[in-house]
Amino acid sequence: MSIEIKTNTAEPIRQTFSHTRRRFGDKPATRYQEASYDIEAKINFHYRPQWQPDKALNDPTRTCLQMRDWYAVSDPRQYYYGTYVQARARMQETAEHDYAFCEKRDLLTRLPEAQRQRLVELLVPLRHAELAANMSNSGISADCWATTITQAHIYHAMDRLGIAQYLSRIGLMLDGSTGTALDAAKRQWLDAAEWQPLRRLVEDSLVVKDWFELSLLQNLVLDGLLYPLLYQKFDETLSAEGAGDVGMLTEFMRTWFAESSRWVDAMVKTVAAESPENRAQIEAWIEHWRGRVVEALAPLAEKGPGQDALTAVQQEFATRLAKLGLFNQ
Amino acid sequence: MTDNKKKLGLKDKYRYLTRDLDWEPSYQKKEDIFPHERFEGIKITDWDKWEDPFRLTMDAYWKYQAEKEKKLYAILDAFAQNNGQQSISDARYVNALKLFLTGISPCEYQAFQGFARVGRHFGGAGARVACQMQAIDELRHVQTQVHAMSHYNKHFNGLHDFTHMHDRVWFLSVPKSFFDDARSAGPFEFLTAISFSFEYVLTNLLFVPFMSGAAYNGDMATVTFGFSAQSDEARHMTLGLEVIKFMLEQHEDNVPIIQGWIDKWFWRGNRLLCLVGMMMDYMLPNKVMSWAEAWEVYFEQAGGALFKDLERYGIRPPKYVEQCMEAKQHVSHQAWATFYQYSQATNFHTWMPSEEEMDWLSAKYPNTFDQYYRARFTFWREQQEKGQRFYNNTLPQLCQVCQIPAIFTEPGDPTKLSHRSHVHEGERYHFCSDGCRDIFKNQPEKYVQAWLPVHQIYQGNCGGADVESVVRDYYNIELGVDNFEYLGSPDHQRWQLWKGEKPLAPLKQAS
Ligand SMILES: [Fe+2]
Ligand SMILES: [Fe+2]
Ligand SMILES: [Zn+2]
Repeated sequence: MSIEIKTNTAEPIRQTFSHTRRRFGDKPATRYQEASYDIEAKINFHYRPQWQPDKALNDPTRTCLQMRDWYAVSDPRQYYYGTYVQARARMQETAEHDYAFCEKRDLLTRLPEAQRQRLVELLVPLRHAELAANMSNSGISADCWATTITQAHIYHAMDRLGIAQYLSRIGLMLDGSTGTALDAAKRQWLDAAEWQPLRRLVEDSLVVKDWFELSLLQNLVLDGLLYPLLYQKFDETLSAEGAGDVGMLTEFMRTWFAESSRWVDAMVKTVAAESPENRAQIEAWIEHWRGRVVEALAPLAEKGPGQDALTAVQQEFATRLAKLGLFNQ
Repeated sequence: MTDNKKKLGLKDKYRYLTRDLDWEPSYQKKEDIFPHERFEGIKITDWDKWEDPFRLTMDAYWKYQAEKEKKLYAILDAFAQNNGQQSISDARYVNALKLFLTGISPCEYQAFQGFARVGRHFGGAGARVACQMQAIDELRHVQTQVHAMSHYNKHFNGLHDFTHMHDRVWFLSVPKSFFDDARSAGPFEFLTAISFSFEYVLTNLLFVPFMSGAAYNGDMATVTFGFSAQSDEARHMTLGLEVIKFMLEQHEDNVPIIQGWIDKWFWRGNRLLCLVGMMMDYMLPNKVMSWAEAWEVYFEQAGGALFKDLERYGIRPPKYVEQCMEAKQHVSHQAWATFYQYSQATNFHTWMPSEEEMDWLSAKYPNTFDQYYRARFTFWREQQEKGQRFYNNTLPQLCQVCQIPAIFTEPGDPTKLSHRSHVHEGERYHFCSDGCRDIFKNQPEKYVQAWLPVHQIYQGNCGGADVESVVRDYYNIELGVDNFEYLGSPDHQRWQLWKGEKPLAPLKQAS
């Protein structure tokens, strides 16, 4: 005798949606695949945008780069909304723990005045740069083509808002939640000579129209140099000067940078590998913006981690670009 | 830096965490950074008057949303594991899901795109941040809907190619053109259309009927999605109200512009919702409430109070609202009658209501159903029983604005089809109503562009020479599987097998 459990009538009639079947075959697709590929409308748009009548609502020509299929770009982290928020929730749990610890033990208020001043002058003003990164990534997610790319940019946009808010909390910890440190940091951003090249660069980025150029400028070049310099090297400087506790409050940024660089790299690598034209254009953009970024970071390096740190960061960045297949053929 | 300034309250702290991140640019002009802000004629004198509709920092957002996602996916997994699709009220119900996945989910994506754009282009950082949160929420909605439907797709037809169909299938141009319309407008009209008219005024007539329908029909997957999205929707609604009040308070010149948008978007929304009306009255095996009842509760009562409240700004209720009082007794029947006739070209099945269901309809629509619709539906059912299921093979005339076929009747005369037309630059355009014609006349250069599915078929832009090949090859609707009558369809047969019944032979698909 055998136990016969009748299940055959519940056999699936297909394994996945047609859009994923066409790409990956008739087998169960991952949640990332089902929610990311070919979701966005492609044809038969009804009206031209009033704000840009020469383009269709969704239009792959909002960048001058060309891909046979923009869905060739995918996120190595395989983030769709659910996995994205769960990954960030875990990170914020750690951050929350560290921030609470610092608050409880008054770790920042116990720092020497000069160190505290330094944080206000060199770290907290970055919250404004993060806001621009937030805006740009939100705009890119509206401009670009293919859900695998749009979604990565909106996650990135929200991440930048989160980071701006963590930086603001550092300021609030420094000023006892009165806002004075944030006001002082904003004056730095607006008026201090050492911040003006960066602020100028950031404002210039806000009028860049080609979304890929903007993503490249913001997410690869600017972040690729600024994060290692001001969240890594500057943290080492602070540690060496006895203010290592601050590192707990910027750990989120370092973890985030390491993680999110993966999709930025994947995107740039895939698009550059598509054609010699793409690669040449990408290299030209990098060439152009890298100079400006280095120029903008130099006075900040001077005040913080030092020019050698900036040189080291530039070398690491060159290695990163080479891994992406750039500037080496 | 020690100081004796007061500790910040919650409201000011939130300002520091959002809009205070912004600064007055000096290296680039504001007009160049925010180039979309002026062309609609809306005057904003002070973005700082923006009241944050909710105070949510990103860390809290990640935390709450992650908890909701975790719970939702646990249920979706259990649903698939336990073959939850067999526990629904009846397989006919799944046709409501087909309408939802092809008609609504791609619009969630459009909402994401639209809010991401406004989230970049508004000059006020407080408003931008609120819009960005809605952008990512809307991405959540489309993705969780796809995941909730993923298991249904493995066991039912018609769901399998939803985005491909959304871009092509004739009736899906109704929701698609609605969102295309909003998204192609400027940022302020987009928010009036989607945040205010859609989310605030009409969401209870769209989202709630589908989710309650799921609850009444044993669909755990969709109902769990619905509950999970509820707190997102609450945020979206508060944003919608804040947006409208903010614009109205900024400048009196804004009032007539916004009134025009409210008129337009109310009418477009009302037309779009006839699809929901037919879903409620005809597609749900277990009915929640009638469309007319939903309209009374969620629009006439709730909306009435809202427009009273807006009176002080000089806003009146939307134009043609009185026509809807009468139309609510008709539109669901007229829509279902149309879809019944054109089932050969849809990705879902239709059927005639049973005698018992007709009794329910006549109780809910005491002044219209028996008088105008019952005889026709009974006749069709009898024809079908004789093996002569009716399909209409002539392509209908579509309204240039809402893109619904000319199926609605004249206000005041339910026996006469409503039809309007207008000549623009030597060409005659056709409309379903005064409301749609007004919309056209206000912006003819926009609406002449509409991609009308029927015209496109005639012009040969949809592949094949005949409807059958368009449906099969251009729409990717699998003939005899995704489309036609429900009775005897593969979905129906499989359902009968699950329920231990003998499957009904497929109907002869006569026309
Ligand atoms: Fe939504
Ligand atoms: Fe919503
Ligand atoms: Zn119309």
